Amino acid sequence: MSKLQQQLEAGKFVVTGEIGPPKGTNIEPVLHEAEEYLKDNVAAVNVTDIQTAVMRLGSMALCHMLIDRGIEPVFQMVCRDRNRLALQSDLLSAAALGIENVLALTGDHVVMGDHVQATPVFDLDSVGLLAAISNLEAGTDMGLDIKGNPNKLDGVPKFFKGCCTTPCSPTPEAQMIKLEKKVASGAQFVQTQAVYDPGAFENFMKMIEHIKVPVLVGIVLLKSAGMGKYMNRSVPGVQVPDQIIQRLTDAPKEDRAKVSVEIAAEIIRQVRPICQGAHLMTLGWDHCVPGIIKQANLT
Amino acid sequence: MNATEPKPTEEILESLADAKSVFIVGCSGCPVGCDVGGEKWVDEMTAAVRGAGKDVTGSALIELLCNKALVGIKLGRIVEQVTAAEAVLVGSCGVGVQAVGNMVARRTVPALNTICLGDYQGLWPGEERCGECGECVLAYTGGLCPITLCAKSLVNGQCGGTGDNGECEVSPDHPCGWKKIYDRLKELGRIDDMRRMIDPRDARKRAIPDAIRRTTRYALEVSEQEDPAPASEE
Ligand code: SF4
Ligand code: SF4
Repeated sequence: MSKLQQQLEAGKFVVTGEIGPPKGTNIEPVLHEAEEYLKDNVAAVNVTDIQTAVMRLGSMALCHMLIDRGIEPVFQMVCRDRNRLALQSDLLSAAALGIENVLALTGDHVVMGDHVQATPVFDLDSVGLLAAISNLEAGTDMGLDIKGNPNKLDGVPKFFKGCCTTPCSPTPEAQMIKLEKKVASGAQFVQTQAVYDPGAFENFMKMIEHIKVPVLVGIVLLKSAGMGKYMNRSVPGVQVPDQIIQRLTDAPKEDRAKVSVEIAAEIIRQVRPICQGAHLMTLGWDHCVPGIIKQANLT
Repeated sequence: MNATEPKPTEEILESLADAKSVFIVGCSGCPVGCDVGGEKWVDEMTAAVRGAGKDVTGSALIELLCNKALVGIKLGRIVEQVTAAEAVLVGSCGVGVQAVGNMVARRTVPALNTICLGDYQGLWPGEERCGECGECVLAYTGGLCPITLCAKSLVNGQCGGTGDNGECEVSPDHPCGWKKIYDRLKELGRIDDMRRMIDPRDARKRAIPDAIRRTTRYALEVSEQEDPAPASEE
């Protein structure tokens, strides 16, 4: 059983981190950051899968390298780039490499990235992908043999399966229904899209009370007021309150990182009683993770 | 020609499971060419729906269901029969089902699967389109097609990309298809339809069957279009 699953089952407030693979083969900097700032501070580290459709090194390779360094990875998988053959095959490969946590996502559309001419695949959606993982765990794939029975696997993988949801979506009820379907298809934990408004998050958590899986609140570190404004303009389902943007605007340049950490820690402190953990997305500022954890009183 | 094939009767009755009364509309345009539309079909469906213990409030056969004016006139005359029904069962391609859904404030349920329109969207002037997926899910999506309206053709509900103004992440000009479906289902009081699990799609159903490709009608229709889809594609 993965450390992430153990800690969540033990009822501990769990913290996860996140790294993005580089565009190129220069993996040392990101691995160094993970060892230096994440290893002893978080239960597991998500590795993004061609995030925002910007081509880069693969999630599975980096997950494997994290394991080699004693860091537990969460293998993110999006439905944008692979059909069901490749997705299932990669799941078997991941299991063979010792990867235990998987996060199933739809994935941003191809046109959001830097290869806009590429074919968007979406052969499965996130619900279908979770069902496919559950199927593999039950020893069969999605194909049928000549007699019409599901193909049997020789050696069966086991994962701790996660999914995402957007608590501050303009249509929270639609998000809730999709989350119900993800959980019915096998999702065992949730990491949310960025939350800056504890009130809206609390409303959503009340709405999904009947869905019995641990929820890790998504915390995206706001590096500047400009980033906050950008998120309000361009990132769907994320609202940064004006008062937070104001605090970053007012902060002198040299204090900005400090204020960013304070803001993140405050949100965690506020929502801690109503969720089961926090997923920290620091967008390269991994050195801030220890500070957030400390200020959020999670040590 | 718009190639369609009938859904199994059990599947149709399942999607009508919670409707006590049904109005039946057939399209006697393209479907007839595939032996699935027409009067005989309407009679068979009426018998099947009645056989399942439901009330059939009426039926209509319309030459081209994608012709907005025609549908308006024909259904307008028997509007009480249509509105007396909880659901409208439509025997046409995906465009026709959506056209009916657009015109009547009732749940529309497809009786056919659309295999191939050769990109032909009929005479329908609205933005409803059919992507010829061969496994029509309009019964559970408020009569709006997620294959063509959603930028990722998602079938189990919206992704996280819906913006505050209901736009899709791909462009401010692209309304989120699942937001539209959600709003329509809300209007119809049928939010539970979103809970329906839709299986992964069967890509084979999107290919035009050779038998249809070889028909003269297919060749004629395709060559009549301004921008013909080459028969070798797919
Ligand atoms: S779901 Fe959409 S693409 Fe598929 S047959 Fe129905 S209308 Fe056409
Ligand atoms: S935002 Fe809406 S239309 Fe766009 S991909 Fe997501 S669900 Fe589909």
